[in-house]
Amino acid sequence: MHSLQPITALGGTEAQIDVIGDVTISECPDWSLTSISARLGAEKTIATVFKKALGIAFPKPMLSGTKDDITAFWTGPDQCIVEAPYTTHETLAATLATSLKTKASVTEQSDGWVRFDLEGADCFATLERSCAVDVQVMPVGGVTRTILEHLGCFVLRRSDHHFSIYGPRSSAGSLHHALVTAARSVLAQK
Amino acid sequence: MIINHPILGPRDAQEFTYLGDASLINRPDWQADDAAKQFYDYQYLRDNPAGEHRELWFHEQGDRSWLVVTRNTVTHEISKVELASDVARKEGRSK
Repeated sequence: MHSLQPITALGGTEAQIDVIGDVTISECPDWSLTSISARLGAEKTIATVFKKALGIAFPKPMLSGTKDDITAFWTGPDQCIVEAPYTTHETLAATLATSLKTKASVTEQSDGWVRFDLEGADCFATLERSCAVDVQVMPVGGVTRTILEHLGCFVLRRSDHHFSIYGPRSSAGSLHHALVTAARSVLAQK
Repeated sequence: MIINHPILGPRDAQEFTYLGDASLINRPDWQADDAAKQFYDYQYLRDNPAGEHRELWFHEQGDRSWLVVTRNTVTHEISKVELASDVARKEGRSK
């Protein structure tokens, strides 16, 4: 039996947390991700079955829905990603694939992405330096995909001063560097 | 340049990649008698207008949708943006 030590996207054994001025940037490794894409012609059926399976309506463009600790966010026409705690929902993709039968393409994506959470009053200024999203007017529960440090990332607004960034896991270091640099520049200019 | 995405609203052009003339979505039938001639036209013959041009853009750093953008190649003014899937459906394809 191998004794393997799980590591986070940044390579540590524990999630990295950086407190810079009024913003906290934390790596969030404990989330499972499953992408769902309705097949051509099955869009309406999937929306109904999806709601029945998760208790969350299929997300509308640029929005997300949350029930308990599960969040579903829109990624494209008739596509979304379902996010849930890894410890309790490790087999989420398999479960959803069974409930959605063959009417949707369901893909386990947990290890493809890294999540960084930005919390605190300076999260706006940090994001405004990093990407082209108008974060101030984004509604709570809003989500959009954009470019951050040349990487295609999802930006989600969880609450007033809480954003999550999903970026490609293989570029976790670059994305983290970009966020930390932006946050430091916000602090330096105060 | 800003492209007014039909679903997502105004988006910076750096989120998109450009493919070319919108006629590229009209792929000929490979079983037609004159398929070779049709594919030659499809592949190589394009108008290169100084003025209004319909072209295909891909929202790569966004929702990954294909768009048909009507753009003036002289002024870069964008007069119309449609989802390529809607354009194809209007022409009776892709259901």
